[in-house]
Amino acid sequence: MEEKFYTITVYTENNVGLLNRVSGIFLKRHINIESMNASRSEIKGVHKYVILVKTTEDWVRKITGQLEKQIEVIKAFYHTDEEIIYQESALFKIKSDLLFDERQIQNIIKESNSQIVTVSRNFFVIAKTGRRHEIEELSNELEPYGIMQFVRSGRISVSKETMEISNILEKSQEIKTN
Amino acid sequence: MKSEVTKAQKKIKITGSEAVIHCLLAEGVKTVYGYPGGAIMPIYDELFKFQDKLHHVLTRHEQGAVHAAQGFARVSGKVGVAFATSGPGATNLVTGLADAQIDSNPVVCITGQVASHLLGSDAFQETDIVGISTPITKWNYQITDANEIPAILAKAFYIARTGRPGPVLIDITKDAQFQQFEFEYKKCTDIRSYKPVPDIDITKVEAAAQLINAAKKPMIVFGQGILLGNAEEELKTFIEKSGIPAAWTVLGLSALDSDHPLNVGMVGMHGNYAPNLLTNECDVLIALGMRFDDRVTGDLSRYAKQAKVIHFEIDPSEIDKNVKAAVPVLGNVKETLQQMMPLIEEKTYPEWFGEFKRLYDIEFEKVIQPELEPTKEGLTMAEVINQINKESNNEAIVVSDVGQHQMFTCRYAKFKNSKSNVTSGGLGTMGFALPASMGAAMGAPNRPVVAIAGDGGYQMTIQELGTIYQTQIPVKIVVLNNEFLGMVRQWQQLFFDKRYASTEMINPDFVKIAEGYHIPAKKVTKREELADAIHEMMTTEGAYFLEVVVEKEDNVFPMIPTGSSVSECRLS
Ligand SMILES: Cc1ncc(C[n+]2csc(CCOP(=O)(O)OP(=O)(O)O)c2C)c(N)n1
Ligand SMILES: [Mg+2]
Repeated sequence: MEEKFYTITVYTENNVGLLNRVSGIFLKRHINIESMNASRSEIKGVHKYVILVKTTEDWVRKITGQLEKQIEVIKAFYHTDEEIIYQESALFKIKSDLLFDERQIQNIIKESNSQIVTVSRNFFVIAKTGRRHEIEELSNELEPYGIMQFVRSGRISVSKETMEISNILEKSQEIKTN
Repeated sequence: MKSEVTKAQKKIKITGSEAVIHCLLAEGVKTVYGYPGGAIMPIYDELFKFQDKLHHVLTRHEQGAVHAAQGFARVSGKVGVAFATSGPGATNLVTGLADAQIDSNPVVCITGQVASHLLGSDAFQETDIVGISTPITKWNYQITDANEIPAILAKAFYIARTGRPGPVLIDITKDAQFQQFEFEYKKCTDIRSYKPVPDIDITKVEAAAQLINAAKKPMIVFGQGILLGNAEEELKTFIEKSGIPAAWTVLGLSALDSDHPLNVGMVGMHGNYAPNLLTNECDVLIALGMRFDDRVTGDLSRYAKQAKVIHFEIDPSEIDKNVKAAVPVLGNVKETLQQMMPLIEEKTYPEWFGEFKRLYDIEFEKVIQPELEPTKEGLTMAEVINQINKESNNEAIVVSDVGQHQMFTCRYAKFKNSKSNVTSGGLGTMGFALPASMGAAMGAPNRPVVAIAGDGGYQMTIQELGTIYQTQIPVKIVVLNNEFLGMVRQWQQLFFDKRYASTEMINPDFVKIAEGYHIPAKKVTKREELADAIHEMMTTEGAYFLEVVVEKEDNVFPMIPTGSSVSECRLS
């Protein structure tokens, strides 16, 4: 079966040990996590992991099943790139003189749709949000001038279709009050 | 549902340790297996005060405590409980936790932990047991504040016993054990992120019934799900109504009477010839509460490819994990079978059943008869087990260790009652039998319990003889002594050109050891002595030890070598 990028979204209760449990599932199956992002979700008190993996559909389905089996995982979904809107963010730290000495840099920033976040005496910081290849392009263009620091976030995404998570929580809420 | 709170427990300030005891009592726990140490001393202090209500069994090793809790759980269906201290006490639980996880045993382990201000400082006897046990527990949690104790312990029991059961570990820091707080206990009945039993999809039940009714050569394979779901009656009714031959996995053993006419034996590596071969002949394979372990399937790419598989399963992540299901039927197998029953047509399959009979006869002639009525001088493991069947009228609980004797036990032990076969299936943990038999004997106090171990595995937890003596546990211990790590030797013989690397055992005087623990003991070397010795063992009150010296280089057959297909099941 063909390997593809899959984005796994995991809705969870907040628990310190959970990250260990979640990453252990990938470790056991020898599946490399390309990127991982943890944040709050749209539901109060519910956390969300967005995990990017490259694997086969068979494996991603099994892993999602294993994830969902964990007590504190409320629901897990997986999507192909076509089924989601996704972005990554990157920060570039660059010497300040370049901004004034190398006119080309200003063009690069403009054309790449990135923003200057801060400028100080010694350095300035460019932020770029977009697809992985767009960030890589910008990085390649800035490379010759010297990048002091670079960092890229994990993928974050939302699905085009609804993820039926609120329903699940409402249902369990009903059980409780009934 | 309103939760139950006993008045006496409401809103009084007690310590975390005392709260632990109240929680256990509220969950109906009567026996705890464990071993004390610094970080759990406050809880043991409470055990002392509550000793008339809560019986603590001091094992000789923490591994023994978990295995005992497992044995208790396996025969009683209730949650087994084990205590251990921090550090080495906690790490000694690891094998048992892993065993309970893979065999879905409901067990709650409580470990003491260093005081919370010392966490992460490499304090004396600090280990990150929550980190260590994460992949081998259904759930685990560290408590650093006594206020969490009631809710977390309630959750622990709920998680351990519901859905697909499993082990839960709760680590409690020493300061939380000392801390005073207002205690109130509510049983846990719901966790919003946890759905123990999936909803039943009636269309799947109907689709399953249709497939079954239309089948020409159907076959059932049932596993531990039947025992865990208390679905023995439903299984029997289903088999009898549908007329379908039923085989079992190691952990499904005893759910159906061994002498039931439609019981066609064990599947898997050392299973019976007929069900293994016919797995690749049947047109519909009905899997009931089993998970297609590789020891069952052999080479997956050549397993039941011709069959439509109907998979009755409680754990959605098992569906299509190893074998693709034409019809997955999620839910508790007791309920799904009940729902399906009215849709099932009454049938018999004389010709198809004849195939099982024909292959059984071949196996009987080539394997079973020579094992049960050997012409050679040395005793066989099979004849010992057969003698235990006779003496116990198929009514004993049999706890086996891991190795050749385990496979002989599963092949030849006969059972009338469910939840009577206790063995380490998924993990294959040598040393399991002796401590597990202690828990089994306490979990089923009115039934005879026989532990069957090899000379190798027995010595892995032999110190539990001390527990058996101190606690007066009436287990019958049989060591089938072949002076070898027999199962490994068998593989060396078959696949490594008889290079017996480190599998020969020079053994101690087992009888003296048992007698050293004040357990009556005997050794048998001759066929003529066997029946009397087993009779004496079964009729002696209390614990008893019997060593049977068996043929050194016997092999277990049939066998499906690793990587082979079930069709390639060998008879020799
Ligand atoms: C803890 C552990 N270590 C190693 C093994 C590998 N192993 C499986 S069976 C076996 C031999 C068991 O020997 P014995 O207890 O004498 O039983 P026999 O096979 O001779 O009946 C070994 C070493 C295991 N299953 N468990
Ligand atoms: Mg042996």
